[in-house]
Amino acid sequence: MNIHEYQAKQLFEKFQVATPKGAPASTPDEALAIASRLGTSHLVVKAQIHAGGRGKGTFTNGFQGGVHLCNSAEKAGELAAKMLGNTLVTHQTGTTGRVVRKVLVAESVEIAKEYYFAIVLDRAIGAPMIIASTEGGVEIEKVAEKTPEKIIKEPVHPLLGLQPYQTRNLAYRLGFESSKISAASTLFLNIFKLFMELDCSLVEVNPLVLTRDNKVFALDAKFNFDDNALFRHPEIVALRDTEEEDPREVEASKFNLNYIGLDGNIACMVNGAGLAMSTMDIIKYHGGEPANFLDVGGGASEEQVTEAFKILISDKNVKAILVNIFGGIMRCDIIAQGIINAVRAVSLPVPLVVRLEGTNVELGKKLLQESNLPIIAADGLTDAAQKVVQAAAQG
Amino acid sequence: MAILVDKNTRLLVQGITGKSGGFHARGCMEYGTNVVAGVTPGRGGEMFDSKVPVFDTVEEARKRTGCNATMIFVPAPFAADAILEAAAAGVELIVCITEGIPVIDMMRVKEGLRDKKSRLIGPNCPGIITPEQCKIGIMPGYIHRSGSIGVISRSGTLTYEAVWQLTSRGYGQSTCIGIGGDPINGTSHLEALRLLNDDPQTEGIILIGEIGGAAEEEAAAWAKQNCKKPLAAFIAGSTAPPGRRMGHAGAIIAGGVGTAQGKIKALKEAGMEIAESPADIAEALIRALKR
Repeated sequence: MNIHEYQAKQLFEKFQVATPKGAPASTPDEALAIASRLGTSHLVVKAQIHAGGRGKGTFTNGFQGGVHLCNSAEKAGELAAKMLGNTLVTHQTGTTGRVVRKVLVAESVEIAKEYYFAIVLDRAIGAPMIIASTEGGVEIEKVAEKTPEKIIKEPVHPLLGLQPYQTRNLAYRLGFESSKISAASTLFLNIFKLFMELDCSLVEVNPLVLTRDNKVFALDAKFNFDDNALFRHPEIVALRDTEEEDPREVEASKFNLNYIGLDGNIACMVNGAGLAMSTMDIIKYHGGEPANFLDVGGGASEEQVTEAFKILISDKNVKAILVNIFGGIMRCDIIAQGIINAVRAVSLPVPLVVRLEGTNVELGKKLLQESNLPIIAADGLTDAAQKVVQAAAQG
Repeated sequence: MAILVDKNTRLLVQGITGKSGGFHARGCMEYGTNVVAGVTPGRGGEMFDSKVPVFDTVEEARKRTGCNATMIFVPAPFAADAILEAAAAGVELIVCITEGIPVIDMMRVKEGLRDKKSRLIGPNCPGIITPEQCKIGIMPGYIHRSGSIGVISRSGTLTYEAVWQLTSRGYGQSTCIGIGGDPINGTSHLEALRLLNDDPQTEGIILIGEIGGAAEEEAAAWAKQNCKKPLAAFIAGSTAPPGRRMGHAGAIIAGGVGTAQGKIKALKEAGMEIAESPADIAEALIRALKR
């Protein structure tokens, strides 16, 4: 689950992670009011979308840049007016861009030095890992490629947590001068506290800055929350902005369907994540392009299959559908009947190939063939992939 | 011989009184697994299906029945605790089926198991089966046959595909171990590979992996130096986009790490036969056996 920068800032404030003062605005008047309250002529207005590259992005109305410095509350209001309600396109949003519904109005800081600081749950060591670098404000992957020696990795004990001596060591290694060691140290510890208490899988602060007036701030942050832990964080779930998500994925999650949209034209529906990925792979292997990942899970009930079909055909790119179910404990005749009923309920506009395997598979295939519906029953994985690729090509 | 489970396994089911726990306990019993106890706190004293005594705690179940393995069907918020309870009671093999356990919980569990003698398989896994001897998990028993091929996999239904291909081609399985789809788990590809490599009954091994992490690469590096048995592999997710969690919590390409292409490269360099299509997993193993 992703959150907006202004929400990340609010979380930082809650955990006393030093960050420049600011607040979100939904209207130009709000932006003006916030800027006035800040009482400074060093301001920044930042478009709030779930994507990076905002500074270099362009609005579809021609306005350039989703991040602007300004020196008065009036100007902040004007900038907000240019951004709010308009669509920002960045190298991460795709060509359709995202509508900007809020802007963050904050104190701008004069940066003396930029650092990189992140905490990730490292699966190889089964513990949190601090990743830090003196090369802040740039993509960390580029630093890893060009100057890997500038990346510091500090593993954290899974039960003891991050110790103050570790944060001091880190601050010294990053080159903070003596008077700033304590501030940097506190910042690191508080970010770690946030990471653990909110069940994060990643907190990335890039850049973490030393300002010209000698303050240490977390200037920007990216958070990933562990989806498995959201049940115990209703306050985080409340931050979810479904308008920033693919509407098909939002719809799918309502029915406990795991759906991820891709760019192709062959939709698939499978039981099991590994098999679902493999089904996308085999479609491509036989010359097709998968339109999505969809795992219906262990149940594959008639209701889920029906809702899944609706979501798949809402993608206008889809030219054919492949249903691939390995009915281990679930019987294939029950699954087949569910598919038949779903097809009748939804009235599919594209060809459907069904591949079943498992208990009562022959009975399941028979039911599909005798349904008088345009369902193509496949014999095995390869046959299914070839048939659906062919059906999509003819569509 | 097989590994970890056989006809001597005495199985406890934690969560046996729940819908899933009960359904799958029955499935294991029908397969021939010796289910000796169930645990649900507060339901001690009951009998499951008039056959299996239910206890309040794992400690009591262990004392009274000598169970040496447990299958955990406890809901995600409480599953980490159930694993630790089983380990504290000395149960040697813990198979956690539960999906959705917070990763930080598993981080703590893994550390907590360090000084215990229990082996954890999973979580978020279909279980482990030594065909015709013992099934611990949710896999369909009938697709398996006893034989000499070991199978290690992060998946559920994808594993059944591979097993069904093997059985249909006349190749039975020694032990199939589902290590699960989570980023932090109890038994890695490498650890399972070590066990199968040392097992006299296992003559060939299939490794099924997917995007995310570097466990397959780690296993490949070890296999190159240490595994003399024919190896075949399939990696799911060549078409997965980066940065997205593809169903399994552990199936995510992060910062360029964990791509299918990277894994396939490492496995090829270790001398493994690679199945390019999921329909050809058994075929890849047969090629490896013939080499």
